[in-house]
Amino acid sequence: MAVTEDDVRHIAELARLAVPPSTLGALVAELNGILTHMDVLTAVDTSAVEHVFSTPIEGTPLRSDSSGPLELFSARETFAPAMRDGFYLVPRLATHDDSSNTAP
Amino acid sequence: MTAPAIPPVYEMVIGLEVHVQLKTRSKAFCGCSTSFGDAPNTNTCPICLALPGALPVLNEKAVELAARAALGLGCTIHPVSIFARKNYFYPDLPKGYQISQFDQPLATGGKVSINVGDVDKSVGVTRVHMEEDAGKSLHDRYPGMTAIDLNRAGVPLIEIVSEPDIRSSKEAGAYLRTLRQILQYLGVSDVSMEEGSLRVDANVSARPVGQQELGTKTEVKNMNSFSGVERAVEYEFTRQCALLERGEKVIQQTLLWDASKGEARVSRTKEGSHDYRYFPEPDLLPLILHPEWLSTIKASVPELPADRRHRFGDEYKLGSADIDKLTSLPLVSDYYEATARISEDPKAAANWVMGEVQAAVNASGMPITEFPVRPADLAQLIKLIRDGLVSHTSAKMIFTKMVDTGKPAAQIAHELSLLQVGDETALAGWIDEVLAEHPEEAKRFLAGEKKLQGVLVGHVMKKSGGKADPRRVNQLLTSRAGAG
Amino acid sequence: MTIPDFGRLSASALAAKIDGGGVSPAEAVDTSFARAREAGAGKESLNLILWSDEQLARREVESFTKGLGRAGKGGRLTGVPIALKDNIATFGLPTTCASKILAGYVSPYEATAVTRLRQEGAIVVAKTNMDEFAMGSSTENSAYGPARNPIDLRRVTGGSSGGSAGAVAAGIVPLALGSETGGSVRQPASFCGVVGVKPTYGRVSRYGLVAFASSFDQIGPIARNVDDAALALEIIAGVDPKDSTSSSQKVLSYRDEFMPLATSPQPLDGLTIGVPEEYFPETLDTGIRSLCERSIDLLKSLGAKVVDVKMPNTPLAIPVYYIIAPAEASSNLARFDGVRYGARVKSATLRDMYAETRSQGFGPEVTRRILLGTYVLSAGYYDAYYKKAQAVRSLITRDFQTAFGSGIDALFTPTTPTTAFAVGAVTDPYEMYLSDIFTVTANLAGVPAMSLPIGRVGGLPVGGQVIASHFCESTMFRVAYALESALGGEAQQ
Repeated sequence: MAVTEDDVRHIAELARLAVPPSTLGALVAELNGILTHMDVLTAVDTSAVEHVFSTPIEGTPLRSDSSGPLELFSARETFAPAMRDGFYLVPRLATHDDSSNTAP
Repeated sequence: MTAPAIPPVYEMVIGLEVHVQLKTRSKAFCGCSTSFGDAPNTNTCPICLALPGALPVLNEKAVELAARAALGLGCTIHPVSIFARKNYFYPDLPKGYQISQFDQPLATGGKVSINVGDVDKSVGVTRVHMEEDAGKSLHDRYPGMTAIDLNRAGVPLIEIVSEPDIRSSKEAGAYLRTLRQILQYLGVSDVSMEEGSLRVDANVSARPVGQQELGTKTEVKNMNSFSGVERAVEYEFTRQCALLERGEKVIQQTLLWDASKGEARVSRTKEGSHDYRYFPEPDLLPLILHPEWLSTIKASVPELPADRRHRFGDEYKLGSADIDKLTSLPLVSDYYEATARISEDPKAAANWVMGEVQAAVNASGMPITEFPVRPADLAQLIKLIRDGLVSHTSAKMIFTKMVDTGKPAAQIAHELSLLQVGDETALAGWIDEVLAEHPEEAKRFLAGEKKLQGVLVGHVMKKSGGKADPRRVNQLLTSRAGAG
Repeated sequence: MTIPDFGRLSASALAAKIDGGGVSPAEAVDTSFARAREAGAGKESLNLILWSDEQLARREVESFTKGLGRAGKGGRLTGVPIALKDNIATFGLPTTCASKILAGYVSPYEATAVTRLRQEGAIVVAKTNMDEFAMGSSTENSAYGPARNPIDLRRVTGGSSGGSAGAVAAGIVPLALGSETGGSVRQPASFCGVVGVKPTYGRVSRYGLVAFASSFDQIGPIARNVDDAALALEIIAGVDPKDSTSSSQKVLSYRDEFMPLATSPQPLDGLTIGVPEEYFPETLDTGIRSLCERSIDLLKSLGAKVVDVKMPNTPLAIPVYYIIAPAEASSNLARFDGVRYGARVKSATLRDMYAETRSQGFGPEVTRRILLGTYVLSAGYYDAYYKKAQAVRSLITRDFQTAFGSGIDALFTPTTPTTAFAVGAVTDPYEMYLSDIFTVTANLAGVPAMSLPIGRVGGLPVGGQVIASHFCESTMFRVAYALESALGGEAQQ
């Protein structure tokens, strides 16, 4: 499986990374160079492998509903790039009236 | 003359995804408050701000409520379920991924029984899984900017996914109303669409009647009421039918319902970019639910609406219309049942709860649990009526006073001198006086002129200042006439 | 200077001196800053330290000393200056992960491991250079320039915890914290001639450690000797309610376990040590091979039974690691979006803001790994890469379980296939990845492992690696301590 320029454009879009056309070719070559070494895995028979947990299996620990919030020792404004009236600000979404305020 | 019914050519196929906010004090993975309407971003901490190095820890109460909801929907709870990351960028999604569950959800395989037009039907529940909510984006607050409030980010949700078993907008509405009622009974959520604690996405497709294979579906989002969902799926189904009629294809896409225009528009978000790259959340271990723990949750599942409806019919001999009204909301239903038991008069209790109580509660805007007239108080009033100590007219007056003052019925009846006199000696005295004061009528009445009884009762009532129990007065006059 | 020989004073010895009143905490901290200046720890020379604040450290000592007066008793590291890798959330100093995307970011909360060290009286004097977001094996991938090895300035420190290993090697601090994902503590410890520990996954809280690959990441101590490393791990280890993956297993007093054996002529009596052949390939540097053989002979003479063992899936470790770790990283680094903290590149649209902030904020290796990780998780490739790699990871874990289940108490291997290479010498990404070939297996399996100096080749330090079973740090330290003692000062030469 070789990565193409289209693949890299697609994953760069997914990862919100700008890949200038001048570096695209080099990136494709690098990723393919790395992925070539991954191909040894396809030859490994893992059909009988059950997931082995690297540490003894415990359930995820649960926290009390009334545990209270963890403290912030400096105000949000001191480390935020842009805040107004307590809101974080970002450039207005081009698709704002579509995506509304719900998760996809 | 009516037009001949045209057999439907296409069948509507709907599956619903319902997101329900769980009623916890703190968020799913951090201790921040879930309270609604606080100043922006005040309920945030290193974890829900996704500060570098912060880690999630699961809220026990969220698991408990999710499990109870799943049990109430008849699902099988899996002893091991896995949290997964759903990766996408959005400014109100601080981590750049949502912690959700993917291929090993909390629970699968339940059902919801609905009734539409007196036909019973079962809608399958594919799965119930846990996840966290995103924050809120406000697009119109500042020009050119989107404002982000993360108070809601990380609030615990369950997603309830139905099978594509729904065949009409009416069924969709019935499913949602039944589901909401069950969740209310279970006490797991406020289930308010207005406050966003219940949200619905609909998967809609159309297929020729008789065809087994499902048609291409679209997802309709952004409805803000159940009737909105009904209208939206109807709209979308009609649109798809028109496409199919013209021989065109339905494109798989997301549509956003515009309630004010009554139409759904295609979302401009790129479909191709929806590759969520789910993988198991490495910051959490598998959620392991032990059988003992599950059995305590099972024990906490209350009587569900369908069972309660049956029982109210059997136990209290109520008609189905009354049962529907009295079981619609769990707290009203509990209130009714307590009143019925204490008063030992289920019929009277039903009339009071459906009438005066509901009206007063609605007028006050307070939840029935805070209503000043408690079931025991109402039951006392019902007993006073039954024992002839207050009239129906007085009882309504007393009830109003009870609502205002919270005082017991008997005390108010006494203070307002509304207690009826049923004592025979006192009543006989008044009757004697009336007969003596109206000798002519008395003579004719005792001679058998029955129609005069009403007039005489009126005189007695007047003499007693309205306190005489008219029923007893009637009985006494009848026996005198019979004796004479 | 009241501690002229500070560069050779261990943390526990310094703490004892301070406790005994021979040295004050202020003197210890002053010595650290003086030593840093003398060694050229800053950007102009070694470039080991990214952020430090002498005034802040002094104030901390002052308020701390006052507190001591009241409390009457100090902690186990009272007044000991320590350095922290720059991906560990710290009050007062920036936490940037050596990335431009976090330029100037000071964490409003602190990592659990740091809090625990402070509670024992340690004074944080520096945040150390590293490969950006811990992605690298040389500390060359830093937005603030490469770190240089104090033993030989032309060479790398190793990485990604190169600044921490270098700071200990240069005698700036007796103790530092690094973090491991695939060998990032052991490999630079080996290159710099110091001791580095990767604890069992879950042994140390990750709360406050900026995530690279969550299922591998562990904070680990770097020290001048095994005893200090054990002391530091005792302090930072243990369950943390803020990290769901931290283990509730009891933390043993490691030093109490191995110290009594120190006087025994056969301190490793009853232990079986496995030597896996896969870690001694034919291509292994002959100098490193002979130093390892000498150590194995010493282990025998110390009473250990040494056996050959097969770990057949070892060659698959690098491919597995470089699928799973970037996959997790691509998701972990999504939070750096310029919305709530960190640098933001102003743009007209949100999409451009994301893309420009991230592209200008992340260096080339981070970008490469995010792309690689996004690719292996994306639709159509998940099963072939990510899922397959997880299955093979299980096979590698099983290799360890089989070995430790067959009566073997610990494994002994070289830490790295080479000694420290020259700055700029390795340019191919995959060749760089191979630097982790002997260390990454312990991260995949979650077992504890450590590196200690076992000699020098061509004047450059060589590390020997001791690997033990899950939560058997005691055994690991016992072996390492006995070997260290037997090697004496020789390993440092």
